[in-house]
Amino acid sequence: MDRDKNEKMKKVRRRSELSYHLMVFPGLFFLILFSYIPMVGLLMAFQDFVPAKGLFRSEFVGLKHFTYMFQLPDIGKIIRNTLVIALGKMMLGMVIAIAFAILLNEVRIKIMKKTVQTIVYLPHFLSWVVLASVVTNMFGLDGSVNQVLASLGLEKVNFLGNSRVFPSLIIGTDVWKEFGYSSVVYLAAITSIDPGLHEAATMDGASWWKRIWHVTLPGMLPIILLMTATNLTSILSAGFDQIYNLYSPLVYETGDVLDTYVYRIGLVGRQYSFGAAVGLCRSIVGMVLLLSSNALTKKLTDQKIF
Amino acid sequence: MVENRSMHSRVRITVIYIIVLLMGLSCLLPLLNILAISLSSSAAVSANRVGVLPVDFTLTAYNKILSDGQFWRSFLISVVRVVLCLALNLAVTVPMAYAMTKGKKEFRARNIYMNLLIFAMLFNGGMIPTYILVRNLGLLNSIWSLVLPGALPIFNVILLMNFFLGIPRSLEEAALMDGANPIQILLRIMVPCAKPCLATISLFSIVGSWNDFFSGLIYMQKAENYPIMTYIQSLNVDIQELLKSGATSSALENITELSNRNLNAAKIVVAVIPLLMIYPILQKYLITGIVMGSVKE
Repeated sequence: MDRDKNEKMKKVRRRSELSYHLMVFPGLFFLILFSYIPMVGLLMAFQDFVPAKGLFRSEFVGLKHFTYMFQLPDIGKIIRNTLVIALGKMMLGMVIAIAFAILLNEVRIKIMKKTVQTIVYLPHFLSWVVLASVVTNMFGLDGSVNQVLASLGLEKVNFLGNSRVFPSLIIGTDVWKEFGYSSVVYLAAITSIDPGLHEAATMDGASWWKRIWHVTLPGMLPIILLMTATNLTSILSAGFDQIYNLYSPLVYETGDVLDTYVYRIGLVGRQYSFGAAVGLCRSIVGMVLLLSSNALTKKLTDQKIF
Repeated sequence: MVENRSMHSRVRITVIYIIVLLMGLSCLLPLLNILAISLSSSAAVSANRVGVLPVDFTLTAYNKILSDGQFWRSFLISVVRVVLCLALNLAVTVPMAYAMTKGKKEFRARNIYMNLLIFAMLFNGGMIPTYILVRNLGLLNSIWSLVLPGALPIFNVILLMNFFLGIPRSLEEAALMDGANPIQILLRIMVPCAKPCLATISLFSIVGSWNDFFSGLIYMQKAENYPIMTYIQSLNVDIQELLKSGATSSALENITELSNRNLNAAKIVVAVIPLLMIYPILQKYLITGIVMGSVKE
């Protein structure tokens, strides 16, 4: 009797296991096709890849493209641009989002709070294609900002064409697009802080600044650390969509980043092997960053990014 | 002393309200500017007289769009793409996420699949091998090139898996006792329970595929096959090149593209309307999405 039941359970379990394999199958198919086959395709970084010959008949050239890459004067500049823009976005973005969350939390008029939230979350959901027009209207040579500068008797600034101003424009507009959406996380963290702590601090005569500094910010610390680690993983992607839609040869000096470079040289210039070599380096460094920030997060907050 | 303090706090509150309002306006005004441009006359736009309100109100630009075949073709391509992406994403993500909730005992290969997923999140072939693959598959110029490469959003699989794991185990066991098979359990119990998570995943899929211009740019060789954002992007290029090249406004005045600014603005507004329509729902699931974003495996 007992053995019978056991046998039946085993059979059921085997049948279930088969259905689990079936459930995984569609996903696995696309995973292999669009994630793992391109990884094999990275072999082209070690070849002089010719599409007509394919991956198997193109000539292997060893590390030629990698040595070439590291000899290019451009590459150091591009890595520097990528890091400057990505780090700038990350740091300023976090500061503004945290500050905004703290200020918004002080707003007691419900309808004002709701309206402001609705407005500031919106840019996050709009494509950079759309926002590029918005930015151009604001910061173009005849844009609103320059009109204001002119009316104040100041000199016009070619924000989109001056390589000294361009990185700031990129960082600033990205922070503008994302600060509202990023503040959601911080706002949630603030509201979960025990109000008793604030009351106690007030009783002790702590000023508003002191309470923010000694109660609110420490209460937000775990989430701030988690977000820092999460953001660190995207340090190599300075935001292709945004830069591609705003940059021009005038600002390549400071605005060209890894992804735009790979796109221009590799895809548009059809130097597939060289582009793949740069891409491979980027992917490897990206993986190391992801793994280390995951380890860091686990250590600091008991959470995992993935 | 007390009066001084309440005075102090009133000033503080006022300053806070002003800053919050200004930040809100900074997001609103630039968007209103585009809307105003689309509703103003070409002359007013070229003269840079348009702020946040239309000048010489006119619907000419919108009238022109109505008869613009390429615009609507691209719009339609994007609609079809969004529908296909959404259907495919859900069909692939939901069963995979459920199978991944099973322990090693019930599903021996589980960890192999999981590691394959995680490694693909860590490392990828990048832009160029993917492009060559899509090309070799013969997908260039086909709508499937906009759909298939993004068929499996790995992050969403893990998000949904975690949500499934939060559903009480007893529900599943009760169904198992009644003789339900895994597929029935998934469809009748897990999917209805996971509605908020599915809504979040669906919304992000919709927004992502509507907003993406890059796939269209690299996979579509003919402009007539562009999805809407790639189409809009191709409009931006001409004007931006002019503005960025530092040409003076007087030199630009004769160039016809510039007088199309209100037409292009109107195209942008129409292209954004579908997103604005789902925006209230988006906002509702925003928090769910972010809270779920702090994933624990």
